Amino acid sequence: MVSIKELPREEYLLKGHAACAGCGPSIALRLLFKALGNKVFLVVPACCTTVIQGPYPYTSFAVPLQNMLFEATGATASGIAAALRIRGLEDITVVGWAGDGGTVDIGIQALSGAAERETNFIYICYDNEAYGNTGLQRSGATPYGAWTTTTPTGKKERKKNMPFIMAAHKIPYVATACPSYPTDFVNKLRKAKEIKGTKYIHVLAPCPTGWRYDSSKTVEIGRLAVQTGIWALYEIENGKFRLNFPSDRLVDKAKRKPIKEYLSMQERFRHLTEAEIEKIQMWIDEDWEYYRKLASSEACV
Amino acid sequence: MAQIVIDTANHIAGYAAKAARAKVVAAYPITPQTTIVEKIAEFVESGEMEAEYIRVESEHSAMAACIGAAAAGVRTFTATSAHGLALMHEALHWASGARLPIVMVVVNRAMGAPWSIWPDFSDSLSQRDTGWLQFYCADNQEVFDTIIQAYRLCEDERVFLPAMVCLEGFLLSHTYMPVQIHNQNEIDDFLPPYKSGWTLDVNNPVTHANLVSPEWYMEFRYMIQEAMENAKRLIPEIDMEYGRRFGFQYGGLVDKYQCENADLIICTMGTIGCEAKVAVDNLRKNGLKVGAARIRVYRPFPVEEIRKLALQARIIATIDRHISFGMEGFLASEVKASLYHMEDKPLIAGFIAGLGGRDVTFKTIEGIAQKSLKWLERGRVEKETEWIDLRE
Repeated sequence: MVSIKELPREEYLLKGHAACAGCGPSIALRLLFKALGNKVFLVVPACCTTVIQGPYPYTSFAVPLQNMLFEATGATASGIAAALRIRGLEDITVVGWAGDGGTVDIGIQALSGAAERETNFIYICYDNEAYGNTGLQRSGATPYGAWTTTTPTGKKERKKNMPFIMAAHKIPYVATACPSYPTDFVNKLRKAKEIKGTKYIHVLAPCPTGWRYDSSKTVEIGRLAVQTGIWALYEIENGKFRLNFPSDRLVDKAKRKPIKEYLSMQERFRHLTEAEIEKIQMWIDEDWEYYRKLASSEACV
Repeated sequence: MAQIVIDTANHIAGYAAKAARAKVVAAYPITPQTTIVEKIAEFVESGEMEAEYIRVESEHSAMAACIGAAAAGVRTFTATSAHGLALMHEALHWASGARLPIVMVVVNRAMGAPWSIWPDFSDSLSQRDTGWLQFYCADNQEVFDTIIQAYRLCEDERVFLPAMVCLEGFLLSHTYMPVQIHNQNEIDDFLPPYKSGWTLDVNNPVTHANLVSPEWYMEFRYMIQEAMENAKRLIPEIDMEYGRRFGFQYGGLVDKYQCENADLIICTMGTIGCEAKVAVDNLRKNGLKVGAARIRVYRPFPVEEIRKLALQARIIATIDRHISFGMEGFLASEVKASLYHMEDKPLIAGFIAGLGGRDVTFKTIEGIAQKSLKWLERGRVEKETEWIDLRE
């Protein structure tokens, strides 16, 4: 396990990038490079990172980056991985870095295909729970009740469980993360780098612009997501489910903060009724009952 | 040693991908393209072809994988048809915009609805404006030779664009013909190892294709136009050099037949060009001054060659295996556009024929010629666009 002091000082996400103040994804991006170094080929589809990198002829990235079509991250990575194999350059890590829309909606086919073909790459979905780049429209990863510009009275459906969809592909490594827990994310990336095959990491990345909270609160919001249990930190390694710190201490409901603490900090949830908050709390508790069973069982996901 | 094989154009396309030493092949099956990717799968699994074969889950992903592989520094190949090509549309723009020299075989097939598996050019011509070079073949030997030539052209630093090599479904794709597969050493000599304008490189980390403001975008488009013009100049040179080395040559941009002193020139694409030659022979026997010009390269369009032909012809008859609904066939439109600035233009008659695989034989073409000559005699084209063999 790496500690925060042991992270490399080198920065490959450079100064002058164009992310919003308090951008959760940009924190995750910085950690990505600290974990993997600069021997990476990055594929970025249309997403907030298209903006973060800055416009031509500038860039804020010190690693080779190929911008690509919205739905094509998985397939593009397959092509790059094949070329690297042919060229004998397999010490380079291929990374797909896509938002939630580019992953759970429009990009799910190419990602599923790449995973089924056992493409050797790390796919990271940085999830800010809406189409941020286009002005905060609802995605399949938007949670129940959340305001977006296309769900002005709140989303009526639940969030798609993408990590478990990926686990169903029988890939060797699936994990969740959150930039509020930097060492957890870095350790997962380093582990993923050493595993051959498709690795999927789903990062909950709070977005002050879309979630409507003060931009100084990004880390706090991420922590609350984990502490309330609406986001759990876990790994599924060769099908075996394991909760990670601090989620592994939160199996007992009494240890988890009430979801209301998380929801009430974000204006996107401010219209929720008590009954709706109750419903969300109930779903979280159900999820945790499932996590508890999975974590204590020999069975694989 | 060169060898003669008797095989279908699809299998021949597989031989050509192998001979070109494509290193990553990404493809998805669609009728009538499938036997290309089956042949390549055989070559790769038997070890005859040293390549990674990515069995993608859609054509969109096939093109995306080719883009990734080409950007990561290897020669790529794919093939598709009709709806598969249409599904790739967005990625076609990306490939040319990223200036990646990908070569793709398009086995021409009509677009639905209704379903059709038979040939016309509505699939590839719908992709006219994607920035891809487009070649149209008339026989299986030309399929092999054009694929090799296309790689050489696309990887020329004055071009760096992708190319489609088009062949008509079933008429060529599933038809056996003898083809000379040239000596591998000589092909290697003609086609050096893969070259592209840029490559992903950890020692030289570039951000490729990030957001470009209106201050810069037009220049990138202009560079593609320049590359197309360069290709127009290079194609006849490459074709001539290929002819000297291997003995097969196709007239560069336009395959001309008996066009000298012809009053009527029949302008075609693809296999209709072969039938047109038979028609010309028959008509010439009857003393009619007829020639045939097969547009081999549709993008870049051979404007200057068309003008040269128009200097001597008194009427040009275009035969389009295609219709741009609400207008006419593209070939008719573009031949007309090419001649607009000429002082003394020939008449131009547009014919639509062979959609969805309907036969266009030399007899059909003789009929087209007779009608065109009649209009020439009367001094005017009586119908701007005539649909041939249409049920009333």
